[in-house]
Amino acid sequence: MSIEFDLATSSVRELNQALHDAREGSFRVRNPRGAHAIAAGIDAPLEVDIDGHAGYYCAGMNQHATVRVHGNAGVGLAENIMSGRVEVDGDASQSAGATGHGGLVVIGGNASARCGISMKGVDIVVRGSVGHLSAFMAQKGRLVVCGDAGDALGDSIYEAHLYVAGSVASLGADCVEKEIRDHHEQELLELLAAAGIDDLKPADFRRYGSARQLYTFNVDDAEVAVSR
Amino acid sequence: MCGIVGIFCKSPALEERLGALVGDMLVQMGDRGPDSAGVAIYRDPVGAGASKLSLYASDAAVDWTAVTELAAGAFGVSRSVEVTPRHIILDVLAEPDDAQAWAETLPGVTVMSTGRKIEIYKEAVEPAAFVQTFDLAGMAGSHAIGHTRMATESKVTTAGSHPFSTGMDLCLVHNGSLSNHNRLRQELRREGIGFKTENDSEVAAGYLTWRMREGATLEQALEGCLEDLDGFYTFAVGTADGFAVLRDPIACKPAVMAETDDYVAIASEYRALAELPDAADATVWEPSPGVVYSWGAVPA
Repeated sequence: MSIEFDLATSSVRELNQALHDAREGSFRVRNPRGAHAIAAGIDAPLEVDIDGHAGYYCAGMNQHATVRVHGNAGVGLAENIMSGRVEVDGDASQSAGATGHGGLVVIGGNASARCGISMKGVDIVVRGSVGHLSAFMAQKGRLVVCGDAGDALGDSIYEAHLYVAGSVASLGADCVEKEIRDHHEQELLELLAAAGIDDLKPADFRRYGSARQLYTFNVDDAEVAVSR
Repeated sequence: MCGIVGIFCKSPALEERLGALVGDMLVQMGDRGPDSAGVAIYRDPVGAGASKLSLYASDAAVDWTAVTELAAGAFGVSRSVEVTPRHIILDVLAEPDDAQAWAETLPGVTVMSTGRKIEIYKEAVEPAAFVQTFDLAGMAGSHAIGHTRMATESKVTTAGSHPFSTGMDLCLVHNGSLSNHNRLRQELRREGIGFKTENDSEVAAGYLTWRMREGATLEQALEGCLEDLDGFYTFAVGTADGFAVLRDPIACKPAVMAETDDYVAIASEYRALAELPDAADATVWEPSPGVVYSWGAVPA
């Protein structure tokens, strides 16, 4: 039994307050009509279904919740997501999953420019293609693109893992193609399974990551950090 | 920030509602641009040998009757409509170039647009008030583009509001900011293009006017923007028979399109498109950066 909010008659503020007050339960949002900040700031294992197109910053800062958009999402989908899962049936606009620390973002259609910009641990799986400057300054986490990537993929990337099945228009500064090793294949299998994608296999992808020439990386420092 | 809206009716049945729809879209984009609002609406075309002028006077005490009589003496007038105390539409029996040259000599009067179909209305007022004042809901037409302005590069004035005329039946709305507009304005002035403000978007409009005067098609002129304009922009250009859209290659500024059997529409955000009939079932997509899109016949 889910609680319904009709944004034709309720405000986003009323909806979000109810989502912030709840500790559990399912919610259904009708008539989103591109409103901003729908289901932003949830900090509980809720299930939220949004029937229609969401506007800017949908499910931003999500923790623990599963938010599904049955439509498209505007700029800044799941911005700074910490945990949980955000899914969009359609397309996502720019900066999907930006600065996300954890959790999973699944985009059923395409994502436009700057998907995963400055990602810090989030996993993002895009069924379609991503626009230019995706994974710009990506620090940690995984971005899986089943279609194509636009210009300057992974520009100034740190340690995120990028997987693209289609073409890459161009790689950004310090982003290079890398070998898919066993543990990469394993994580790709897990991410595809988590996103419900069963028609692609790890061998269909190429991996991209940091050449570690641009930022001050010293492999000895990394080993010290790990041994601690 | 700023907001852009535009709608082109594919189905004649929708034309009656054009003004109401573009008004609803403008109101939705009101918080992206509360400083001023404007619309270019294409309707009631005049015949060959005639032209339509949109005239504006900053002083509401302007004597439009006297202006109309002057026009009647100069060319003959087939229609004069006072839309607000500051804005009139004047249909005159002269070619657009001649009509515009004459109107520019009128003291205290600004020519907002010239052509056979275009009417431009704009004011430095909040968008919802603009929609009410101009009774957009009462305007039928084939297509329209509109703008809500959050000023960054120049003063909040009606002259600095959008749309800007870029030639006969052509106009431009802009979301973004240009950084090389001062230099470009100087260059265009040397080419004989006139400017009324210090506004960056007016320079983009003047650039398009100049390129098309030199023989470029609208599409070529827009592609020239990719080379010659420095800054951020989403442009929508209204033409006699449709409209065109261009985003800069970096695409900092948003744009989303929707198409059904009845219309093609653009807005800065889906919120504005949600006002349109059957929007939930429309094909919705974002125009790709650096690509010129156009609907309807575009001047070659």
